[in-house]
Amino acid sequence: MTKLSDWHIMGVLAIAGLGLPFLAPSLITQLSFLWLMVIFALTWDMLGGRMGYNSFGNIVFFGIGCYAAAVVQRDAGLPYFEALALGLVLGAALAVAAALLFGAALLGIRGHYFAIGTLGLGITAAEVAAGWDYVGAGSGMALPLYPGALGQREFFFCFSLFAVAIVCFLFLRWLYGTRFGLALNAIRDDQDKADAMGLRTTPIKVFAWCIAAFFLSISGGLAANMIGFIDPRDVAFAGATFGVWMVLMAILGGKGTLWGPVLGAIVFHITQELFWTYLLGWQRVALGLLIVVIVVFFPQGIMGWIAERRAARQGAAP
Amino acid sequence: MLDNLLLFVQFPPLAVDVVVNGLLIGAIFALAAYGMALVWGVLNIVNVVQGELVVLGGYVTFLLVQWGMPPLIGVPVSALVMFGVGWVLYRAIVFRVVDKDIFISILATFGLAILIQQLANLSFGADVRSVDAGLGSLHFLDGMVTVAWVKLIAFALALVAGASLWFFLRHARLGQAIRATAQNPRAARILGIDTGRVYAATYALNAALCGAAGSLAVMAWTIHPYMGLPYTVRSFMVVVVAGVGNVGAVVAAGLGLGALENVAGFVLGTEFQIAFVFALMVTILVWRHLRAARRREHLK
Repeated sequence: MTKLSDWHIMGVLAIAGLGLPFLAPSLITQLSFLWLMVIFALTWDMLGGRMGYNSFGNIVFFGIGCYAAAVVQRDAGLPYFEALALGLVLGAALAVAAALLFGAALLGIRGHYFAIGTLGLGITAAEVAAGWDYVGAGSGMALPLYPGALGQREFFFCFSLFAVAIVCFLFLRWLYGTRFGLALNAIRDDQDKADAMGLRTTPIKVFAWCIAAFFLSISGGLAANMIGFIDPRDVAFAGATFGVWMVLMAILGGKGTLWGPVLGAIVFHITQELFWTYLLGWQRVALGLLIVVIVVFFPQGIMGWIAERRAARQGAAP
Repeated sequence: MLDNLLLFVQFPPLAVDVVVNGLLIGAIFALAAYGMALVWGVLNIVNVVQGELVVLGGYVTFLLVQWGMPPLIGVPVSALVMFGVGWVLYRAIVFRVVDKDIFISILATFGLAILIQQLANLSFGADVRSVDAGLGSLHFLDGMVTVAWVKLIAFALALVAGASLWFFLRHARLGQAIRATAQNPRAARILGIDTGRVYAATYALNAALCGAAGSLAVMAWTIHPYMGLPYTVRSFMVVVVAGVGNVGAVVAAGLGLGALENVAGFVLGTEFQIAFVFALMVTILVWRHLRAARRREHLK
């Protein structure tokens, strides 16, 4: 048997992603959310796994994407798709600008101060959005109706999110092979040494956050339209759900590996859907418990576990 | 917003009212922050579940009052109950993350926080709860300044708790063991201190302080299942500003935060008060970082 390469797995996933919406139309919303989770985990892992900066605030860029799309679609007076495209572009620009600003301010802070600081950033954004009348304050914003035929909407957003997830994955896969990817790892392993070796660490860190912000805001604009409604605390800046899940999925799959976040997102999403189906009323409790269990007992993740097993089988010292 | 600011200037008694009430509420923040400083200093953990311990303490008092007990009994009872809860939490989960990467402990306690939030929501409902301490209020300056007795009691209790904590750490046998473990756990073990027990006691003591804070919060203010995180962040902020080893500075920072937050809530509108708390924390972290960077420049 030839060795299983990345391209084989990608091929299988691509076929599944393209075929499943037609084979099982009832699962299409789940599938769209799955791609969203994959994007969340991948972009989080770039900072948390590759660069060693554990952010709880990446959800901010998702929320900016949501609100930018919603505001443009409401106020621009353009047809649906033009408005959506403009909203996505403006949202991405705004999110990258925000990443530049917040990155310059926060990415110099290290360790737990950074983690808590970004947590504060996410919640501040949610609270500001919830009090700001221009974006609907606490009652959120409804997005315009999709103009196409009934049922087409789900397909459109499922495939759009799938496309974003694929582009994000391929881009990061390429990026991690470049000098920039190595620089990210150098910052994680020893930032002071990286500094001393002449890496300009701050611009690298800020640039990495900008990349994450770009993909998150695009997915935010699409997800907002898919859901049809944005609530400041439960959808756009949902720190206690999406914001924590992205961290969890990357850890579950294996921090700092290419496939870890994808795998983690798939496993987590299926688990979460099962909770929702079978533990009605207790699903959020179960999720909290799951976070604790994963973090405390399984911090190396699935990929880390596989690597350990492989090393043990080949007789290498663990 | 500007109108509210103008109100302050035109009616100074109003400003006094807002600031005084803020200061008194700040005592509750200081109480929760003692605990966080203790856990941070001794276990080297940022305890994100702090606010949920406060909220649980509040629910204990709420239940007691529903069963017909006088509210003030709630303070010691909540502290005692939460001491037990803290001990169990430590023995079940927290001890597993003590010597791990600090991010793991943040995430694990964050998970615990979400778990407790949801359990509280299921058991007590999402309503905002409050307890009437039935003690009335004091009025000053022709009734323009109103101070509830319970807030004054909270203030006094917070100061007493701070003083006893200081005395306990300084003179009690366990307090000395806690300080020794904070300084050097390995050396403490060599000298015969059971550091596992010290850690558990520290964590439980923190929970007890939070329990007392929560009990006062439910009488002086309100609680609901999702208001833990603001308390966590307030405690974190106070500790960042005051440092882990200084009880007096914790009191001062807690009171200052209370006053500032109340004024901001009045000027910006209460819907932005929580946003202000979190934004202030981010600002403090950035400011602290910039100051450190400037110091490094000088050293070059």
